[in-house]
Formats: sequence, structure tokens, C-alpha cells
Amino acid sequence: MADVNLKDVYKTFGNNEVIHGISCDMKDGEFIVILGPSGCGKSTVLRMIAGLEVITKGEVFIDGEVVNRLEPAERDIAMVFQNYALYPHMTVYKNMAYGLRIRRMPKAEIDKRVQTAAEILELTEFLDRKPRQLSGGQRQRVAMGRCIVREPKVFLFDEPLSNLDAKLRVQMRLEIRKLHEDLKITSIYVTHDQVEAMTLGDRLIVMDNGYAAQVGSPLEVYERPATIFVAGFIGSPAMNFMDVQLSSDGKSVELNGGTHLPLQNEGMPSHAGQTVTLGIRPEHFELSEEGAGRLTLSVDYAEVLGADTLVHGHFVEDETLLTIRLPAIHHFEKKTRLPLSVLSKNLHVFDKESGNRIDT
Amino acid sequence: MVEHRPWLTFLTHALLIMGCVIIAFPIYVTFVASTHPLEKITSYFPLLPGGHLIENYRAALTVGSGEVGVTVGRMMLNSAIMAFGITFGKIFISLLAAYAIVYFKFRFRMFFFWLIFITLMLPVEVRILPTYDVAADLKMLDSYPGLIFPLIASATATFLFRQFFMTVPDELCEAVRIDGGGPIRFFFDILVPMSRTSIAALFVILFIYGWHQYLWPLIVTNDEKYYTLLIGIKRMLDVGEGQADWQIIMASTMLAMIPPVLVVIFMQKQFVKGMTETEK
Repeated sequence: MADVNLKDVYKTFGNNEVIHGISCDMKDGEFIVILGPSGCGKSTVLRMIAGLEVITKGEVFIDGEVVNRLEPAERDIAMVFQNYALYPHMTVYKNMAYGLRIRRMPKAEIDKRVQTAAEILELTEFLDRKPRQLSGGQRQRVAMGRCIVREPKVFLFDEPLSNLDAKLRVQMRLEIRKLHEDLKITSIYVTHDQVEAMTLGDRLIVMDNGYAAQVGSPLEVYERPATIFVAGFIGSPAMNFMDVQLSSDGKSVELNGGTHLPLQNEGMPSHAGQTVTLGIRPEHFELSEEGAGRLTLSVDYAEVLGADTLVHGHFVEDETLLTIRLPAIHHFEKKTRLPLSVLSKNLHVFDKESGNRIDT
Repeated sequence: MVEHRPWLTFLTHALLIMGCVIIAFPIYVTFVASTHPLEKITSYFPLLPGGHLIENYRAALTVGSGEVGVTVGRMMLNSAIMAFGITFGKIFISLLAAYAIVYFKFRFRMFFFWLIFITLMLPVEVRILPTYDVAADLKMLDSYPGLIFPLIASATATFLFRQFFMTVPDELCEAVRIDGGGPIRFFFDILVPMSRTSIAALFVILFIYGWHQYLWPLIVTNDEKYYTLLIGIKRMLDVGEGQADWQIIMASTMLAMIPPVLVVIFMQKQFVKGMTETEK
């Protein structure tokens, strides 16, 4: 168990810089999720922590010690791979014991640890099987067992659930969380699935193209996204964005059609008059005649999902397309006009150029 | 192909049986000849096995044919040493070469790969003079290393293992690194056991290849002590004006067939497996 610190870490492949300086302090026992779309460099960061990729610049500390030059085995980490990477010719028992055997641990101790791990993961009856005789979920568990028996300082997960079907994924997600709460070992988990990220992580690192766009708790990231990218990436369906004008006193924004939406607190007088990007989450629209900001949506089509209804449409005043999410079941005809309101605290304002959040 | 026409079934069976007979008949004749005394074979060739089976084979194994000066038993041993030496040597060297080419980054890696690959086009017969010269300089004539070493480089096996290693996911290598194993461990604990079906298939092919070597052993051995069985049989025939010991020669021929047949019989299952599936 240990802290993991990244200090301004860069990674270059040839002349191509893929990680542009990432810093993060992960506390002992924390569950950190690195989240981002494919190709954003999240796996590369994990592999640098694991020691499978050379760190081009910057430093990685595990338990206060610089590990840049240490082999993966010397870093005292354990890793679950996306395709599990179980040794196909070894039984489940041998798969789990292999790392311990290499470390010359006494046989009795190995046996004890493997049996304990097998019990935790409900693998006891499969110990004599080969990986190919197991289902996807069981293989996944063996891969985790291989990590648990090592009792490492840090667990690393590289998209471990992406090969499982949806139902199993939910179940394994819960098991990983439970396991983490029992073992309290610092864990770093890479995924592109925001549901996994929101449910598993104590804190998220949202990555965008080799940069850490935001580091924060799942709710922080959801409620106060730091950039347009984070705002659009977290949440499903994605946030609606539109260009708006800040009023001259900075206390409200003016939509293309002339509608005014008041901002929270004092507004943002420092940016008064500027064109900014406004973001509103689909679930934050309310169907009501009243309220501070009133908008009218013309329905293009509605998708009834059962628990809620997604309505795709555009503002009556201009052609800005947007998606809203209403609780319960609604049936709307095309071109139905819906009166909507949004609470001021649910308006997100971003700088149009940099994409960064402008705080009220 | 699924049509069931009686005459077609008849025709295919007839063809197959004819093929079997064509292949099997000379072997049968050889066997029959090895069970009769010499006078009987040379005067009136019988078509049914005779009563001298044990006698002839014992004579072959313990005494040999008069002219050659070494027993068939000894020559079988030599053949076996050469065949196993070539088989294990080829497999071991090819595994290592393929491992280097697939898993290690070094200068001129592709150059070396192509170099190995090109040797596919140079069979022993083509390079026999320089090889002989090198073997002579290294004082390997008339020795087991001389019989084995020049034949153990194998581009085919290297290529086969290379193709197999390239299908092994990189994560396995990384998992071993995280588990604390180095390159040697990864090779012996993971790669070699995973390749065992391919190794078994190659074992069959290479053993038969090694057992049937003729030209190289013929050139590299002068001392009868190192004769392999195939050379021995040829030498038994070189009797000039005299009478060849046909019953001994035929018995030796039968004996020469046994080891490859045994290898095929016992390794058949693994051989087919190695050709058709990979464990993953």
C-alpha cells in the first residue's frame, strides 16, 4: 500500500509526443480512474506507472521512491490486462502462484495465499482448470487473483471489463469495488466507460489527447466540468452546447433567439458582452411554463426508453439542435412545442477559444 | 462430394486399394526376403515368409554383412544418435533464433531474419563443399558432432516458430515481467510450453528428416564406427564380384524402417494437433 505520485510526466514515441506532462498525487488506498476516449494516452500513462513503457520525462514515485529506472517486478505492482494475459498452459492455481514462485516464496505460504484469494474470488473449485475451460468472468477473476496473491503496493487495471458482456460487467464492477474496500490497496484503473469511472473511482483523471483535462471526484467532474471536452465526455446523452452572448452586465446570457437565461450569483461581469459557449445537460431541462429561463423546443423526434424519454429537437427561435431527457414516458408528435426551463445553477459557461470553464 | 453413387464409391476404393498395394508390395517383398536364407532368395524367390526371421535379424544386428565390418545394431545406434541430435538441435536452435527475432530489438534484426530465411533456398547438397571444408577444419570428420552440427540450422523451423511467437499476445510477456520473471523465464516457462504442439509436429518431421540423411553422413564418415544405417545398407551392396548378403540387407532395410514408423505411430496425435490447432 502506497502513495503514487506523477510529476510532470511526458511520453514521446519517436518524434511524436503523446503525453504532454501529467501530474497527479494519488493517496494511499485511493481508487483512481483514468478516463478518456480511445487514443487519448490513458493506457500509456498506466503502462509508464507499471514500468512497461519508458518514461520520457518527469518522475513517477511509488511509496515516495522514484521508480523511473526500476523494472516492473521491482516496483511491487500488479496489473490486470484487458485480455487477462493468463498463462494458457497453466492451471488457475499455477497462474496465481507463478509470481510468488518466481519470488521464491515458501510453498506453504504460496498455497495459503492462493487458497485465500481463490476463496475471496469464489474460484476454489476451478483451481485445477486451465484458463480456456473458464468463462470470461472467471478468467477475469483469475487475473485479479493473480494480483491479489502478490499483495502489491499498487493495483493497475487496464480496461479489465471491456471484454465482458454488459450484465457481467455490472457484476464485476461491483466486485472490484467491494474488493477494493476490503483490501484498501491503491488502485489505478483505466477505462473509456464513464459509468465504470463514476461508480468505481474515488477520483477521476479525465484525459484529452495526452493532457489531463481534469482531476477530481466523479461528482466534481460531473457538476463542474473544467473544459468543454470533459463536459461533453461525461454524461449520456452528451451535454448540449450553444454559442451565446453574455449580457452587458454579465448577469445573464442571451441566446440567438433573444431569450435571456439568468446566471447564478453575480454572473460573470468580467466577461460581459463576450461570446461564450453555454452547456446544458439533457437531464437538467424541466418541462414547465414557469421558471427563470424559458425556452421553447420544437420536437423532431422522441425516443421512449421506459424509465425516461429522450427528446431530440431544436429551439423555435433558431435551429440549435439539442437533446433533452425527461423522466417517465412521454409521447410527443413531431413539431410539438415544449416549454422548458433550466435552473441557473445548471448552466455551464465555457470560454469559446480555450474551452475552459468560466466560473461564476 | 456428398453424392452417394455406388460406382463412385467403388472407384475411389479401388484406387485407394491399388495405391496401398503399390506402396505396400515392395515392403512386403523386402520382409519376405528378410525371412529366407540367401540360397533361397537367389535361386527361386518365394512369395511367402520363410522360417529364418529370427536368425537373419539376429545376424544383422550382431554380426552384420561381411564386407562392411560393423554390425547393423551399431549403425542403428549411430543413425539414432544423428537423428535425435539433429531433431533436438534443430528445435532448440530454431526456438532460440525465433525468440531473438520476435522479442528482442537489435541492429539488423530484419537483415538476420532474411539471412536465415534465404538459407531455405540452400539445401545441404548445394553447400556441401564449403560445409565439408569447415567440418574438416574443425576436425569434425568421423565424429558425432560432425554428423549432427552441420545439419541443425533450420530456416523452416525458425520461420514456423517465428510465426507462432508472433501470435502470442504481448501481454503475456508483460505479465511475466510484472510477475518478476526475466527473458529466460518467459522463454522456458511460457513460450516453450505453449509451443509444445508445434514442437511435437516438428519432432516427427525432423526425426524422419534426420534418420533419412544420406549424402552428408556418406561424405563426412570414413570410419565404419560412425556409419549410419542408410550408408551401411549401401555399403553392403558394394560387393563387386561377390555375392551380396541379401537376407541381411533386407533385414537391415526392415530395421531401418522401424524407428520412423514408431515415431509416427506414437506422435500421430500430437502431430495432427500441432498442424491444426494452437493452444491459446
